[in-house]
Amino acid sequence: MKIKIFPIFLITAFLIIFFVFYKGLQNSNIYTPEIKSEIKIPNFQTKEFFSKEKINSDKIFMGSEYYLLNIWASWCVPCKEEHKYLMNLSKKENIKMIGQNYKDNFDNAKNFLIDLNNPYDLIFLDNDGTIAIEWGAYGVPETFLIKNNQIIKKIIGPLNDKLFFEIKELTK
Amino acid sequence: MKIIKFFISVFFLINFSFSDSNAKNLEIEITKNLRCLICQGQSVYDSDSEFANSLKILVNKKLDEGLSEKQIYDYLKSRYGEWILYDPQFSKNTYFLWLLPILMFFVGGAIIFRLYNKN
Repeated sequence: MKIKIFPIFLITAFLIIFFVFYKGLQNSNIYTPEIKSEIKIPNFQTKEFFSKEKINSDKIFMGSEYYLLNIWASWCVPCKEEHKYLMNLSKKENIKMIGQNYKDNFDNAKNFLIDLNNPYDLIFLDNDGTIAIEWGAYGVPETFLIKNNQIIKKIIGPLNDKLFFEIKELTK
Repeated sequence: MKIIKFFISVFFLINFSFSDSNAKNLEIEITKNLRCLICQGQSVYDSDSEFANSLKILVNKKLDEGLSEKQIYDYLKSRYGEWILYDPQFSKNTYFLWLLPILMFFVGGAIIFRLYNKN
């Protein structure tokens, strides 16, 4: 009897291992952080883009309307692609557009806005990229929809038609 | 007497070199335990991506503010999830990972014990 237990154990162990690894083969091994919504916005100090005046983040997101925070840079190619959506959203009156200029050169960023128009009501600087980390972002572009100091939607990567309508739907 | 003098000088030498580099060492230790999200598979310490460079600055800033190693990990975990740490902490998602080696040790021990007793 004892002799039989061992091969059975071996086969089942092998099957379990085979199954686990076979399943694992199909998993994507690129990790994207979980998109947690309803989290409070961070608090930080920064400078305004044009005037270079110091501002605190709670002053920026003080109101009760919707805020669309967009992390962008002039060197970021997908930012150009999503620009038309931002221009369109900036026409909506109940959304305040906030730009976070990520690790950028001031002149390049200014030219970017002159060339493609400025959709933002306010832009602040993030020269060393640490404010992006406060938001839980790790690249450009990323977009956050904020209401009452809470992040209600987080978008990693450029906006597209589907996301654009989703934002419109959420801010109705 | 000579031996005592020798040990005292060695002690001081070690102390000096440690006290100087402690803060830097901690920063390196922390960034080595952080996974870079842009170039996945590399640690933040090894990576030179924009994200990793910002994270190095941030870790430095947080250490200056007086945060402990654990507080920095918690801070980053709340933003990017457990995945950012190379050394996962004990939780309900990782208990299997942590306990499996111990379990295997006991199972193996039991098998050896039984075989030994049989002989």
